[in-house]
Amino acid sequence: MPDLTFKGGIHPLQSIHHGKDLTSGRVTRTLPPPAQVILPMASFIGAPAKPIVKRGDTVKMGQLVAEAGGFVSAPIHAPVSGKVAAVENRPHSNGKTSLSVVIDNDFADTPWEEIRPYPPVEDMEPQEILAAIQKAGIVGMGGATFPTHVKLSPPPGTKIDTVILNGAECEPYLTADHRLMLEEPGLVVQGLKAVMRALSVSQGVIGVEVNKRDAIESLRSVIGGEKSIRVASLKVKYPQGGEKQLIYAITRRVVPSGGLPAAVGVAVVNVATAAAIARMLQTGMPVTQRIVTVTGPAVRTPGNLWVRLGTPFSACIEACGGLTGGELKVISGGPMMGLAEATLEVPVMAGTSGILVVPQEKEIASSGRCIRCGRCVEGCPMRLLPTTIEQAARRGDYETCRRLHVMDCLECGSCAYQCPAHVPLLQGLRLGKAAVGKLIREEKAKEGK
Amino acid sequence: MNLHVTASPHVHSELTTARIMRDVLIALAPAALWAVVAFGANALLLMAVSVLAAVGTEYAVQRLTHRPVTVNDLSAAVTGLLVAMNVPASAPWWLVVVGSFFAIAIVKQCFGGLGHNFMNPALAARAMLLACWPSRMSGSAFTAPTFWSGVDAVSSATPLDLLKKGLVGDLPDVGSLLLGNIGGCLGEVSAVCLLLGLAYLLIRRVISWRIPVIYVATVAVMTFLFGGLDVMRTGVHLLSGGLLLGAIFMATDYTTSPLTAAGQVIFAVGCGVLTATIRLWGGYPEGVSYSILLMNVATPLIDRWVKPHVFGVERRRGKHA
Repeated sequence: MPDLTFKGGIHPLQSIHHGKDLTSGRVTRTLPPPAQVILPMASFIGAPAKPIVKRGDTVKMGQLVAEAGGFVSAPIHAPVSGKVAAVENRPHSNGKTSLSVVIDNDFADTPWEEIRPYPPVEDMEPQEILAAIQKAGIVGMGGATFPTHVKLSPPPGTKIDTVILNGAECEPYLTADHRLMLEEPGLVVQGLKAVMRALSVSQGVIGVEVNKRDAIESLRSVIGGEKSIRVASLKVKYPQGGEKQLIYAITRRVVPSGGLPAAVGVAVVNVATAAAIARMLQTGMPVTQRIVTVTGPAVRTPGNLWVRLGTPFSACIEACGGLTGGELKVISGGPMMGLAEATLEVPVMAGTSGILVVPQEKEIASSGRCIRCGRCVEGCPMRLLPTTIEQAARRGDYETCRRLHVMDCLECGSCAYQCPAHVPLLQGLRLGKAAVGKLIREEKAKEGK
Repeated sequence: MNLHVTASPHVHSELTTARIMRDVLIALAPAALWAVVAFGANALLLMAVSVLAAVGTEYAVQRLTHRPVTVNDLSAAVTGLLVAMNVPASAPWWLVVVGSFFAIAIVKQCFGGLGHNFMNPALAARAMLLACWPSRMSGSAFTAPTFWSGVDAVSSATPLDLLKKGLVGDLPDVGSLLLGNIGGCLGEVSAVCLLLGLAYLLIRRVISWRIPVIYVATVAVMTFLFGGLDVMRTGVHLLSGGLLLGAIFMATDYTTSPLTAAGQVIFAVGCGVLTATIRLWGGYPEGVSYSILLMNVATPLIDRWVKPHVFGVERRRGKHA
């Protein structure tokens, strides 16, 4: 069977094998826990968590330190044992600050008394699994950090028949999911089974890009003769791991504009999230660590690290030999959708799949002048007209942006990557999205009156 | 160590506008070399003067209007070379200077510069020159290549002229058509050189096959069906005149052709139908320039009508967004 894929898309950094050679062969090392962890209350999409500890409190590993701020939210647990040093605003990887619980590590890793392992998945009811996921505060670890229990609660009237694990890892440079699938395939498959059971679904697919052939094989050997689970090999193309692109590649189903995967009977969960669910069910311990790829041309010895949540970026980078000097960009996540950081004191969170450090790019001649070459149109995985929308957004014509479906933009950056004139296309699209989003909210408010 | 904070994406492809334009210049090189070999030193002079005039005009206009100077992107050099390739070898040097000035100052910069012109600047310049100095741009202005004869340039009717006048017996053989041993503008005579350029542009992914292939195929079908079902005549239509130069290097101009694949198909068919119509039934022997110019001005309309089908959006019939 040919490798599955979607229409459009691009091949970023193909000449250097998408930058993955730097770390794909590096076995994941465990970074010793830091002296202090920083746990932002806004560690996920949705309402921030609410701290229930105060300065001076003693906390144990896995203890609840903040409760969920609503349904679309998640609780936060201590990834180390120790003493609460502060509950205050700290820098967040989104460039703002977030109320954070700061814990001084006592390096004892004393587990919380309330931690109890769960029974085997086969002996649990779907609701019990869902409740365990919600209680442990598991959020999407692919980068978007959407609370997983919300994802696994399909809206009324929809029926999920397929669970897809996202192991595409299409972002250049990142190899965290690759190493996880290679080193812990059992956890990934176990996590998939738990999610399938939580949704009472009998079909599970793990989608992996073919540049991770070894990961595909290790997963297949764990799955063995199991009929309900299979690995789908996907073409190497960005953004293959985009939710709608992944669903289309594997099932040929088209998620409608503005709709959720549940609308076509699919739930998508990242492989790292699945492994985290499996480990949490086995031990009862909420997520305390994740694999982070620390990489890029400006990192001296790139590698993959098991990192305690709340560890500052600086500690991860130090463990990888530090940085070369110069004009640099430190990126949380991958180079296509990641966020550039102004400080290395921001902490690793559940969605931090990578810390990438690249040299700052130089300006080019004719910067910003569209020559209408059409490469952005060809590369758009949603088949939008990026240059046309960008120009409309810049002149304030948001009605045109809306008519051209700007809200369907997934901000993958394929258009801007391809643009030979380096037009800041994605910024224009974001501008349009923000303005059209506001228009839509205003209209809804009017209708409500 | 300085940390930079900018919006994603944080990496870009190595492709730049300047690299695209450089590739176009490289693709034009075989035809340009052939022009010098076939027509002699005046061809070299015309091309050099034309490129200098185009680049100089762009530099001067941008300086005078206090805008950033962008001659480094090489787009003006491409325009200058194309202007020279669109005049007969007998043209005086000032003709290409006027043409390049018009192309850059009026057609390109007056409308906002690179990416904003509504017509291909080189073709618009050719149309202007043809209208102002018809005797220097057509008919007896065309000379036979001097490479073979070794004698001074003599007037030589182009194959399309012969076809128009019904002098079918005087038509050159296929070898001459392919190599370029025929009368015509500097850059248009050698089909082989132009096809080499096409191959290079396709390999480098500067252009897609759509516009050149569909354009030429449309002309082939129409000239065969309505030109007397004669393979030889159809061959003359395809291999002489400005069809290959136009289809490969000018109809594919990004700025003045549609953005979408479907739009480009419509554009190419339109160019082909117009070219064949002018050549078969019109007053001129040649129609490539006017066809492309007409489709250039139709491009905004095509882009308005033809849009890609957005992923996940239901198709609505008869409703144009």
